[in-house]
Amino acid sequence: MKKRVLGAAAIFAAAALTLAGCSGSGGSSSSTDSAGSITYWASNQGTSLQNDKDVLQPLLDKFTAQTGVKVNLEVIGWNDLQTRIQTAITSGVGPDVVNIGNTWATSFQATGAFLPFDDSAMSAIGGADKFAATALSTGGAAGQTPTSVPLYGYAYGLYYNKAMFAAAGLTPPTTWEDMVADGKKLTDPAKGVWGTSIEAGSYTENNHFAFITSAQNGGAYFDGSGNPTFTQSQNVDGIQRYIDLMQTDKIADTADAQYSTGTESISNFAKGTAAMIFNQNNAEANLTADGMDASQYGVVPIPAPASGKPVASFIAGINLSVFKNTKNQDAALKFVNFMTSPDTQSALGKPFSSIPVLKDATPTFTTDPDIAKTFSNIYNNLSQPLPTVPLEASFETEVGNSMNTLFATVATGGSVSSSDIQSALNTAQEKVAASN
Amino acid sequence: MVLTTEKPEVAPVGVASAPGAVKLPKKKRPKGWWLPFALIAPAIVFELLIHVIPMIVGIWMSFIKLTQFYIANWSAAPFVGFGNYQIALNFNGAQGQALLSSFLVTCGFTILVVGLAWGFGMAAAVALQKAFRGRAIFRTMFLIPYAVPMYAGIITWKFMFQQNTGVINQILGALHLIDPNNPPFWLIGNNAFVAMVVVAIWKLWPFAFLMLMAGLQTINEDLYEAASLDGAKPFRQWRNITLPGLGAVNNVLLLVLFLWTFNDFNTPFILFGGGEPPAGDLISFHIYNTSFITLNFGFGAAMSVLLLLFLMLVSAIYLVFINRRSRRA
Amino acid sequence: MRETTGFKTFRIVTLAALAVFVLLPLYVMITSALKPLGDVQGKFTWWPTNFTIQPFIDIWSTIPLASYFVNSVIVSTSASVISVIIAIFASYAVSRYKFRGRNAFTTTILSTQMFPGVLFLLPLYLIFINISQTLGIQLIGSYLGLIITYLTFTLPFAIWMLTGYFDNIPRELDEAAKVDGASAIGTLIRVILPVARPGIVAVLVYSFITAWGEVLFASVLTTQSSRTLAVGLGEYSTQVNVYWNQIMAASVVVSIPVVIGFLLLQRNFVAGLSAGAVK
Repeated sequence: MKKRVLGAAAIFAAAALTLAGCSGSGGSSSSTDSAGSITYWASNQGTSLQNDKDVLQPLLDKFTAQTGVKVNLEVIGWNDLQTRIQTAITSGVGPDVVNIGNTWATSFQATGAFLPFDDSAMSAIGGADKFAATALSTGGAAGQTPTSVPLYGYAYGLYYNKAMFAAAGLTPPTTWEDMVADGKKLTDPAKGVWGTSIEAGSYTENNHFAFITSAQNGGAYFDGSGNPTFTQSQNVDGIQRYIDLMQTDKIADTADAQYSTGTESISNFAKGTAAMIFNQNNAEANLTADGMDASQYGVVPIPAPASGKPVASFIAGINLSVFKNTKNQDAALKFVNFMTSPDTQSALGKPFSSIPVLKDATPTFTTDPDIAKTFSNIYNNLSQPLPTVPLEASFETEVGNSMNTLFATVATGGSVSSSDIQSALNTAQEKVAASN
Repeated sequence: MVLTTEKPEVAPVGVASAPGAVKLPKKKRPKGWWLPFALIAPAIVFELLIHVIPMIVGIWMSFIKLTQFYIANWSAAPFVGFGNYQIALNFNGAQGQALLSSFLVTCGFTILVVGLAWGFGMAAAVALQKAFRGRAIFRTMFLIPYAVPMYAGIITWKFMFQQNTGVINQILGALHLIDPNNPPFWLIGNNAFVAMVVVAIWKLWPFAFLMLMAGLQTINEDLYEAASLDGAKPFRQWRNITLPGLGAVNNVLLLVLFLWTFNDFNTPFILFGGGEPPAGDLISFHIYNTSFITLNFGFGAAMSVLLLLFLMLVSAIYLVFINRRSRRA
Repeated sequence: MRETTGFKTFRIVTLAALAVFVLLPLYVMITSALKPLGDVQGKFTWWPTNFTIQPFIDIWSTIPLASYFVNSVIVSTSASVISVIIAIFASYAVSRYKFRGRNAFTTTILSTQMFPGVLFLLPLYLIFINISQTLGIQLIGSYLGLIITYLTFTLPFAIWMLTGYFDNIPRELDEAAKVDGASAIGTLIRVILPVARPGIVAVLVYSFITAWGEVLFASVLTTQSSRTLAVGLGEYSTQVNVYWNQIMAASVVVSIPVVIGFLLLQRNFVAGLSAGAVK
């Protein structure tokens, strides 16, 4: 009896191994793909990985029908994406085409693993001219051949609750100071209502606002030759201004310090417990899901201080890159061309709430013409790219994480002075420099 | 009596197999000398492939400058000797300081988790040592956290530790231990350490319980009878009979708990995700972040090697200490 | 045996406190899985007022949970079975033979427990890639790569536990079999294994649970089609929402088979441990 169990187990194990050997369809190897197929890794944009697949597959089928090239799609969650791309770069074995957060573009460019879009590659995908200039500026380090091209564009805006503003007799703010004053009027902790709600536990969001507030102050995190300049006073003041929303202005609840998924503040806004939020233009799907109709809110650019520079966002978005060692470069470039064609762009604009990255394209991410106009204006005129330097990825992590810690200090009853910020930035800068 | 007369008969059987051994001198090597090697060969192959060779590659990585500029082309990565180690061990520099603080957090975490997990396991094992109604129910219940997949268990704790919606603050509020209008945070700030310890104990202590419970079954019941006839109180019995009886279990159990806890990656990874609070920055997690998020694999490898050296040192000291004590005993 | 009141108090307090500690998360997991999303985003309530089983339906479509489930079953079963078979052979050699390098073998095997996973994660990935390219055996994104990784992770503890177990099986049994003309392997299979069944079950259970819950290596060595449950559960938090009720429902679903299986085998497991590992 016992022997039979063991024997059966051994047979089962052998069968499993055989099975395992056969199921090499993982899709992670460009080397074994036949000439007519490519592998595409897409990051999660929709409500679930499955939703992304459902949205993309019909388009991929259309591409296959047009060109005969089969596309193996894998949608990867954000938790895994960076690790997966890095292991692919390190091993030289990965997908043919990948989409990445555009802020990583220069860091990945530095690895040399991605195909540079030189003149011939660029013309194969329809020419650099087809892209909006702001969108294209995220493709890599200034002065170098870009290794990624824009796919989806996003920008931050200040969402405000129309009814709450009207009830308090307010108009949307045009300066940071106004925004804080409005926030104070709208805040009523006893009722659990706050002027704003921020994702203060998300290191990426925090990092974005370190950058935006610094740019409004005329500062920069890197100098012209790519060396970190974290500790300059504009950066310290910018972070202080952002943290003070919770610390001294008290228009954001301390509970926000734990928000890290990018969804909690939206949910508060929809529930009416926050009168304003800073969010990228893809909030509409969430807000609708949470029961807030587009007619109930308006969007204006995130205001700068009265004396500051008019920067309202960084150029957010997703870029496409081709792995240099792809065996199917032609097919890969055809695919990039297809994904950045006007038809595909307008088809994906709605489900992924993205701003078109093409010149003169009509936005489809919202049905509200005012909101569409505001975001197009912010994206094209009031945004700057995050530093296009190889150390960007480290900058994002280190500065963002130290801001998480500073917010945690405020939320747990401590105080954060400008010298605390200065020293946190100093530590972040040393770490970034040491990882170079 | 029957038993004792039978026993000597067994020994001759053993001797009877000698004829096989008598043939041995004819060949240079005993017949079947290769058998044990063949038996361990599969284990060696897999250990080499999965553990040993990657380890050696990892050690080599720690001596090269494997940053984002070189990860796509390793052969071009410059050899930096102990450069990565110097950065890691320069405690005046930011990276060295971060490593040191992560190391200290991990030490505190390990001491608390191993100590309490062992204590809980011991208390439960002793409480369930003697039969009583409902013993099987408790025994079964206590083993559940060991079987629940790690991700499911930790993510549930994360849900419970939410500041304004979590059950933990609700219970503490109901017990008037906290101000319900200003509930504490558990996943950020210094409390993150407490949360991490609680979660780690929850998933680790059943294993200690399991091992100790198994160990208790090997202790002769008569010893307790004799002790209670001598009037020894339960605590004395525990100290004089149970603890020594579990010596062998404890030697291994404590070492394994120590190694698993010190290398714990899952708890902070699942509990905190990307933005880890400094108080929750366990060393494995710290190294992972440095390697993968900031793309510096050479430096990450150097820190890992230092971690390995530390663990080897502690284990060696522990084993020497254990051996000495057992020799004295 | 007489029990003092002190001991009884100790027993009641210990068992009550630990029962609360163990059960609280399980209670929260199960009840939250029966609430609509809106309710789990608000203040925790002890009882699902808007009771729904919808999360248990939604979990299968939000992510391909069923396919992850199958992957986990195949990987964990294969890894634990193969690990046990290899460990049986190795432990038999260590327990019954004196051979050159025996100590080195056992020491090395056990010391791999110290290796920090982060140190050999990337090298292992690269070695797998190289094997794929030179031998054509796909190890990344296939079951095979995960299986051999997990079986190796559980080998040290398995070999150590079974060696202890075999050491406690009287040699006389071996000798008797030899007299009957059995070969060494025959002795192992016909004589030792039946006696060692509890120990083997213990190792099997340990290996299965380890493989079922592993996160770090699975996140790098799997692709969409070979993803295991332990990492797949992370996909319930997306760009747009964190589906807490579905996370809890999926946690219940992935826990149930392991918990039930484990509880059925626990007697064997404890017997196996106490006869083998702990002596």
